[in-house]
Amino acid sequence: MADSTFLDSTELVLNMGPQHPSTHGVLRVILKLDGEKVLGTECVIGYLHRGVEKIGENRTYQMFAPYVDRTDYVAAVSNGLGYCLAVEKLLNVEAPPRAQVVRVILTELNRIASHLVWLGTHCLDIGAITPLFYTFREREMIMNIYEKYCGARLTTHAFRIGGLQYELYDGFEQDCREFCDWFLPRVDEYEQLLTGNRILVARMTNVGVLNAADCKAYGVTGPMLRAAGVKWDLRKAQPYSGYEQYDFEIPTGVNGDTYDRYLVRMEEMRQSVRIIRQALDRIPDGPIMAKVPKVIKPPVGEVYVSIEAPKGELGYFIVSDGSTQPYRVRIRPPSFVNLQALDKMARGALVADVVAIIGTIDIVLGEVDR
Amino acid sequence: MRKLLRRIFLIDLIEGLAVTFRYQHPKYITTEQYPAERPKIAERYRGAPRLNNHPETGETLCIACNLCALACPENLIVVGSERNEQTRRKELTTFTYDTSRCMFCGLCEDACPVDALELTQDFELASYSREGAIWDRQMLEEGPRPARYKY
Repeated sequence: MADSTFLDSTELVLNMGPQHPSTHGVLRVILKLDGEKVLGTECVIGYLHRGVEKIGENRTYQMFAPYVDRTDYVAAVSNGLGYCLAVEKLLNVEAPPRAQVVRVILTELNRIASHLVWLGTHCLDIGAITPLFYTFREREMIMNIYEKYCGARLTTHAFRIGGLQYELYDGFEQDCREFCDWFLPRVDEYEQLLTGNRILVARMTNVGVLNAADCKAYGVTGPMLRAAGVKWDLRKAQPYSGYEQYDFEIPTGVNGDTYDRYLVRMEEMRQSVRIIRQALDRIPDGPIMAKVPKVIKPPVGEVYVSIEAPKGELGYFIVSDGSTQPYRVRIRPPSFVNLQALDKMARGALVADVVAIIGTIDIVLGEVDR
Repeated sequence: MRKLLRRIFLIDLIEGLAVTFRYQHPKYITTEQYPAERPKIAERYRGAPRLNNHPETGETLCIACNLCALACPENLIVVGSERNEQTRRKELTTFTYDTSRCMFCGLCEDACPVDALELTQDFELASYSREGAIWDRQMLEEGPRPARYKY
């Protein structure tokens, strides 16, 4: 048998990442190619594995709270909310109403910040450089609100088990309102820049199609599921932290392609502004911390709490053995589950489409690897 | 027909470019001129740690209770204390704070019962060596001294 030469072989295996700029960190995708066409993909993850879940077993409940911020660092506040809600359910306490409303405001600001990072980087990947500067300009306003509120910009550690550590600073409401008033016209501007743009539309339509049945089979949640036409949002389906009091809509798409996901996320930013405005009108007075003992010793038991993070369903499963440290903390990260669908979406596409598909999943590798 | 004309005259691209050119105006510049201009740091910013002294007597406020060391998730605080035989009270001798491992979560300053340990607005923590990132009591009381550059 003659040795096959390079020219004879039609299949080519190519490593994309972990240093590839469009893999949003350290994702390595092994591509099997026939020319430009993708025959199959395989994700290699774990480059950013820090053992966050194991760290949780060696820390007390309060001590572990800063670490969950470092899983999905783009949406640190949502992570903190999910963890605090889980421990609060384990302890059978509930945050006071004032704390709940402030939590809603901060997490919705965080959703906007996360979507802005997604919008900037995703469009940058597929050729539109300008939106990145504009989205980060708006994100800077959110970061300033966080810095004034809790003293940190990215990994905020804003919430504590049982409520909040910090009282609102003077001018918080005004800052938020100014941001909302400034931000809504800016979303229209992004749409003017991008939505009708023929290059972007051509790069996005019918790329990475994932229909509703596949989404459910893969466990895909968040904007990806909604873009496929499934009206599923945990804020409506199983309201937490008082979300049932707010009036907002769940944007859905039709085709489940990259363009629909783009439209869904743009609309979600507007809905978040709506929720923030409603919440600002009804910040009640009262305490910000529930009665939680200094040493948290939950009863023996296990609990699963999931919230609607910007990227999808973020779940915390905590097993308590009655001591001050959790017996097991399992994090169900939305990026990790959504990333599974990459192979399904990328098969038959071109290499340049893989870049668009990785962008549209909106992964954060800190969360995928934990 | 309208759609076709929009395509031919590149209306969608021109609309996008209009946004770009609108922001060429100098009033939209957001660049910060650090280090020539100091950035505004929020009052609650969690930066370099500081061990506070009493403003009048100059004695340390720390009562060496070790609560900050117990609250720290990274175990980076070491409090050394000695019992004073005359007053029968614990007195602080050494205080070590490893800023290289610190994630500035603020749990130590929350735990401090006398507001002795505080995270301040100083943010210039760079050091030429790993040992330089481990702060002793003197450095914690005096604060970091970043180099001032002239332009």
